[in-house]
Amino acid sequence: MLHTFAVYVDNKPGVLNRVASLFRRRGFNIESLTVGHTETTGVSRMTVVVDTDEYGARRLEANLYKLVPCRRVDNITDAPSIARDLALIKVGATGEARTHVMQLVDVYRARIIDVSPESLVIETTGTEDKIDSLLEVLRPYGVIEMVRTGRVAMARGHVPVRRAFPRGSTTAASDISGDVSNCSV
Amino acid sequence: MKLTGAQILWEALVREGVSDVFGYPGGAILPAYDAMLAYPVRHVLVRHEQGATHMADGYARASGKVGVAIATSGPGATNMVTGIATAMMDSSPIVCITGQVGSKLIGSDAFQETDITGITLPITKHNYLVTSAEDVAPAVLEAFAVARSGRPGPVLVDITKDAQQGSCDVDWAAAEAHLTEALDAALPGDGDAREAIALINSAERPLILAGHGVMLSGAEREIVALAERAQIPIAVTLLGIGGVAASHPLNLGMMGMHGEAWVNTAIQEADLLIALGMRFDDRVTGNLRTYARNARKIHVDIDRGELNKNVRVDVAIAKDLRAALAEWQPLVAPGDRSAWLAHIQSLKGDVAVRDIQNLPDNGHLYAAHVINDLWRLTGGEALVVTDVGQHQMWEAQYYKHNRSRSLITSGGLGTMGFALPAAIGAKIACPDQEVWVVVGDGGFQMTMAELATVVQENLDINVAIINNGYLGMVRQWQEFFYDKRYAATPIIGPNFQKLAEAFGISAATIKTRAEVAGAVESARRQKRAALIDFQVEQEDSVYPMVPAGADLDRMIRRPSPIVETAAD
Repeated sequence: MLHTFAVYVDNKPGVLNRVASLFRRRGFNIESLTVGHTETTGVSRMTVVVDTDEYGARRLEANLYKLVPCRRVDNITDAPSIARDLALIKVGATGEARTHVMQLVDVYRARIIDVSPESLVIETTGTEDKIDSLLEVLRPYGVIEMVRTGRVAMARGHVPVRRAFPRGSTTAASDISGDVSNCSV
Repeated sequence: MKLTGAQILWEALVREGVSDVFGYPGGAILPAYDAMLAYPVRHVLVRHEQGATHMADGYARASGKVGVAIATSGPGATNMVTGIATAMMDSSPIVCITGQVGSKLIGSDAFQETDITGITLPITKHNYLVTSAEDVAPAVLEAFAVARSGRPGPVLVDITKDAQQGSCDVDWAAAEAHLTEALDAALPGDGDAREAIALINSAERPLILAGHGVMLSGAEREIVALAERAQIPIAVTLLGIGGVAASHPLNLGMMGMHGEAWVNTAIQEADLLIALGMRFDDRVTGNLRTYARNARKIHVDIDRGELNKNVRVDVAIAKDLRAALAEWQPLVAPGDRSAWLAHIQSLKGDVAVRDIQNLPDNGHLYAAHVINDLWRLTGGEALVVTDVGQHQMWEAQYYKHNRSRSLITSGGLGTMGFALPAAIGAKIACPDQEVWVVVGDGGFQMTMAELATVVQENLDINVAIINNGYLGMVRQWQEFFYDKRYAATPIIGPNFQKLAEAFGISAATIKTRAEVAGAVESARRQKRAALIDFQVEQEDSVYPMVPAGADLDRMIRRPSPIVETAAD
């Protein structure tokens, strides 16, 4: 099954390589990996999706902790969580087709962010399912180009901090948990 | 006061307690070498950088301290790869310092530039690319902390030439490493000590599997205390040899591919395995599907990544072994397992009491005899460093180690060429110990250039070459599994006696059993290096043997008693 990990790492050169290399070296195939800054300076957050069983997931978590720049790993697969993917989709559409495409965009609550005489660029955010479904209905009109960010995910509600960041003194534990209750879709 | 990056490096090493380093100079590490002369550190000039890493490894294994190897950029650094991987597999704490081209040249394919941090990423615990003098102290101090923390292992620090040459003030307090072990302590799903105790107290046929972790955590006394209190027999892994005295009545001997037959049988019959500081390597388990099917399993290892990796266990505890055993000790019920112990004794039959020393001399020289004689003549007190192959297994079977850290061998990676350089490191760490290298004629030829290092450093190391004219273990596999088609295994060597003499080392060539004792005693008497070329039976095999992937108790036994030995 697919497991989703939120991995907090020091934002240092080569850290992505270290994480990716661990998955490769231990024979795990990454379905999706995103990385970006967090609310804490110097700490990046990766969302990694991997197809493995429960034992594999536990071994991955243990091995991630062995990386020196890795501060914290949360397996949020079973936690109530919000997962989002962002896609930019360029569709060739003129004349009547253009109207149909704009209606579909409306239905999916996506947005048109660029218009040219021959094509439209659509931005959409949502679950992977929703984006797959939008893509499906757009395909007949001619998808010229498409890019997706891959999944980013966050647990719902107030997440109790299991472990404080162990290294360095700049980061207070509460910085990372925050209070994200009432943050709905 | 401002220090150069090179001075900061040595200052940091001295602060970490480093007194000996193993290295080879070159362009990109020259500033560090230039600064070295002002610091109280013994530098051992190696003949190949692989040797430097094995020496650092042997130094670490013999002493428990962190070993240090130094090399230049490019080929100097890449030559270290085998030694780093060896240390990684066997959890040996070493720090490798490499020079790197100037930071402005990185990525330009400059002369002797190589991406050594990229190359060593999967075979180090961590590595650092240091590009400014300011970063030298924090990187080096953290490297030592990482190397010795948790499950020990190798760390590499790659320092650019301009970082060595630049200078800055150092705030040593601020540079100190901030690693904490607390990280792992709070992970969910930890096995409960109480569950482990309950399993132990109710087991009728329990068996302790003791690995390298016994020595790494310093739990030699605790493990014996547990075994004695609950009357639980102990089987050891190759790297676990010495952690429990071979002479202890509860120590059954080595398990696994070339382990004692009764040990492997006992594992298959046990109702509880208590795996302590070992990692269920495939050479230990054989076929995982049939491995210890009757047994519940408890696994204690400091590396959480080892738990439930190869063998699914009932109780998995990620903890320092010594601390775990100290916690268990008062809770474990004193046991009487005499029936189980008597049963294991009966599995031995008469092989355990049959003394190979008393077997008639049929004119042939067998490796097992050589090693058994070496054990007797050194009173079992030598620090033996072996290479990889048949001689390594015979050493494990016939040299009875009673002291912790008295056998140093490449287990996980199985690195031929390991023995001689690792012995140099061990001798420098423990100058008062009698050090013997036991090595095959194949592996010896891989790193024999380090004999020059032995001489230059004036080391009293004795080398026993078990010379059978074959890459013996591979030949054995060809005999058993490839119809005796000896592809590329016959190997010639130089006249080892003359070779040693060319290095200025006294040497002897031994072809009969009767000469063994004299040669060993002569080597022991002189307080300088000696080499003995033991020309042994060419097509002898190590028994018993569990073929790779076979059931653990399906051992190939010695077909006819050419020479009956204790392990058959």
